[in-house]
Amino acid sequence: MAKRISVIAVFTALALIFSYIEAIIPFNLGVPGVKLGIANIVVVCALYIFGVKEAAGISLIRVFVIGLLFGNAVSLIYSLSGAVLSIAVMIICKRLKLSVIGVSAMGGIFHNVGQLSAAALILNSSAVMYYYPVLFISGIVTGIIIGIVSLPIIKNSEKLRS
Amino acid sequence: MNKRDFIAIGVVVLLSVLGFVFFALKGSGGQTVKISVGARVYGTYPLSENRELKIKTDAGYNLVEIKNGRVFVKDADCKDKSCVKQGEISGGSIVCLPHKLVVEVTGEGDFDAVAR
Ligand SMILES: [Zn+2]
Repeated sequence: MAKRISVIAVFTALALIFSYIEAIIPFNLGVPGVKLGIANIVVVCALYIFGVKEAAGISLIRVFVIGLLFGNAVSLIYSLSGAVLSIAVMIICKRLKLSVIGVSAMGGIFHNVGQLSAAALILNSSAVMYYYPVLFISGIVTGIIIGIVSLPIIKNSEKLRS
Repeated sequence: MNKRDFIAIGVVVLLSVLGFVFFALKGSGGQTVKISVGARVYGTYPLSENRELKIKTDAGYNLVEIKNGRVFVKDADCKDKSCVKQGEISGGSIVCLPHKLVVEVTGEGDFDAVAR
């Protein structure tokens, strides 16, 4: 049990490091707060290795810590919308027995959908929806990449689980 | 990847394409209001949708309202208030010089400006 908690802590730290890397090397698509989301590797792995609660917890802690360190209230809302929608969709897709890559791709899509919807509401402009095709495709692509990276980690995670 | 992955992603792609086509059709064909502050485009909005925009910049504040196919500056904290006096327009532009604000009505649904 103690080992499990420390592994979860390490996962959370990894998610923070990935977000930090992304914060200092921004991949800017023009809409503030929209990013690749490599920290999702950790969330996807946590979802399969530990479970729903742990994955959601790591994701939310990550959003709040990074928001406090690098962001402001607005960027926190963007990230939170993306993270919450992404994790919710991934949990549903996992229950629907999608593969790791499928779950991750769906998570990637809805991560961007969440952020874009928040941007549309905050900027009070439906015009941001013109970003949708770009972000949709980038969501699928990054989601699949994250799934491919996560797959071997999940397969070799027997030791972490015990 | 399994069959369910492709079904799920396929459904989402289909819904997105439908939604986007619907949105694009609805958005185009009308006139648009382009608001810029200095060299920066603040936003582009369809003239057909009523809305109020509070535009706060370092220079000051303008309240732009789009109503019934017309756009006007409802309120501003600039000295001359000439932007407010310019009244309602459905073509051309309103300028607030002290705030470097330009409200422009253009014919086409040109949302490219937002992407820059
Ligand atoms: Zn003025």
